[in-house]
Amino acid sequence: MATNEQESKSLWHHAWDSLMSDRTTVIAMSIVLIYSVVALLSSTGLIVSDWSKEVGPSYAPPSSEFLFGLDIFGRSVFAKTVKATEIAMSVGLVTGILTVLIGVTLGSIAGYYGGKVDEVLVWFYTTVSSIPGIMLLISIAFIVGKGLLAVYLSLGLTSWTGLFRLIRGEFIRHKDREYVQAATAIGGGDFRKIFKHILPNVFHIVIINFSLQFQFAIKSEVILSYLGLGVQGVPSWGTMINDAKLELARGNWWQLAAATAAMMVVVLAFNILGDSLRDALDPKLKGK
Amino acid sequence: MSLTSYVLRRLFYVIPVILGVCFLIFIIFSVVSPDPTISMLGKHATKAQVLELREALGLNKPLYIQYFDIVKSAFTFDFGRSWSTKQEIFEMIKQGAIPSMTITFPAFFLSVLLSVSISLFVAFYRGTFLDKGVVFVCVALMSISSLVYILVGQWFFAFKLGLFEISGYEEGFPDVVPYVLLPIIIIIILSVGPDVRFYRTVMLDEIYQDYVRTARSKGLSERKIMFKHVLKNAMVSIITYVVLRIPFLILGSLLIESFFGIPGLGGMTLKAVNSSDFPVIKAMAVLSGIATILFNVITDVLYVVVDPRVKLN
Repeated sequence: MATNEQESKSLWHHAWDSLMSDRTTVIAMSIVLIYSVVALLSSTGLIVSDWSKEVGPSYAPPSSEFLFGLDIFGRSVFAKTVKATEIAMSVGLVTGILTVLIGVTLGSIAGYYGGKVDEVLVWFYTTVSSIPGIMLLISIAFIVGKGLLAVYLSLGLTSWTGLFRLIRGEFIRHKDREYVQAATAIGGGDFRKIFKHILPNVFHIVIINFSLQFQFAIKSEVILSYLGLGVQGVPSWGTMINDAKLELARGNWWQLAAATAAMMVVVLAFNILGDSLRDALDPKLKGK
Repeated sequence: MSLTSYVLRRLFYVIPVILGVCFLIFIIFSVVSPDPTISMLGKHATKAQVLELREALGLNKPLYIQYFDIVKSAFTFDFGRSWSTKQEIFEMIKQGAIPSMTITFPAFFLSVLLSVSISLFVAFYRGTFLDKGVVFVCVALMSISSLVYILVGQWFFAFKLGLFEISGYEEGFPDVVPYVLLPIIIIIILSVGPDVRFYRTVMLDEIYQDYVRTARSKGLSERKIMFKHVLKNAMVSIITYVVLRIPFLILGSLLIESFFGIPGLGGMTLKAVNSSDFPVIKAMAVLSGIATILFNVITDVLYVVVDPRVKLN
């Protein structure tokens, strides 16, 4: 007979166990963790604070002295690549949070209230998603001007549509369930029902989406840099890859290689993590 | 509800969305965007010059008229003239559409064919090492920036090996091939990753359905089940996914066209962005918005036609 002390495992507990039992997922999580620590250390100035220092001749190729070679100003490509982690992780984090805030707020309101509110929000959603992402991205970056803020805002304000659709759908499915009716019966208000009762039940979608948004933002930063709308003054993988336009013709491949490799590893990790999270958290996929 | 009335109702719903797209474009370019005359005239322009240019470009018109102009252009396709080339924008778009589609259409057909074949193949061998390997390669391909494919492709295969033209464009069938081959290959590589993943999921969803179990219990071969049953049912999702991509084919690819010097719509848009050529950017945004909306309707209608289970509501 089972004792009462033995608590049954929650969804999150199960999910954590299933994530931890997969070796690839653990590696992906470790990579994300390492990148986060590097970004944190670099933003506090503990490492690579001297990335802009000239350490040797312009465009010195990779050697035992200069691990990843040097750039046009004789700066270490390795230090720049590490420093750029900071921008990449902050772009992923900030646009991920913006996407979640907008998508979850609008999606839960539309799904929960329905009726006219829903119609207006769905109209807004259809409108925004009708303009191709890249056009919208360019337009917003254009208004805000160059720089990190433009990258944050243009990515954050354009990427919420997918999450909106998912969250709205889930709220429509959930709002008439018994547990919500029970909350109504004991006098729970709309605000309480949305955030305290329904949202935790659909939060796995938010987490999966956040992980995928993170890597999408890191990749998009490259495109914005190419369009001349990216980060200024500090190195980013986007500007480094973009610099390679002129460098490759002279055979200087190391800056492109370093930035691409650094980016690929973390984007791949987030992609794998997103997939594993979906497998672990989405009950519909259980047993497949 | 009959199909005709369903189509009419869907088309009716298009109008508020088109008005919305126009409103968004209006807000972006006529209300909140920085004054384009400053970047056109430079920092040292006098106040009189700025005012004169604003008048000439129609920026002094009342806001509601500026909005009305955008809405009108969405229905008449009269986008006015480009600020930088002074050409009729509609003519520019007609000219640019052909080079864009010369690249996107072959790339599109080949990549759909390739992705569907690969996903059928991995769905057949689901759960094996092969399946996992292909999915991993797809994700890995997706993890590299599209700019890197373009840069490396252009540098290595065109510049170093001389297999293709580095950049440029030539009209007429045999002449155009060396210019568009590499862009087409790059687009295929870029789309294979996400496409195979999507089609594979669609097919795996079907494989666990009851009708597949029935087919199996009838003693049909796994191959017959894949091609006759699963593929047919997966087609509904595949068609909707594919049709929604068509507007983007006409739009062209911004990055690829500008890198390979192809005089298409993507390159044109990018040039307009760099020179603050608002009418051209606005025209492209309006057009691509309308194309997306219409193809959404087409998808919905196709859905109903292809799949009798979908109810008209």
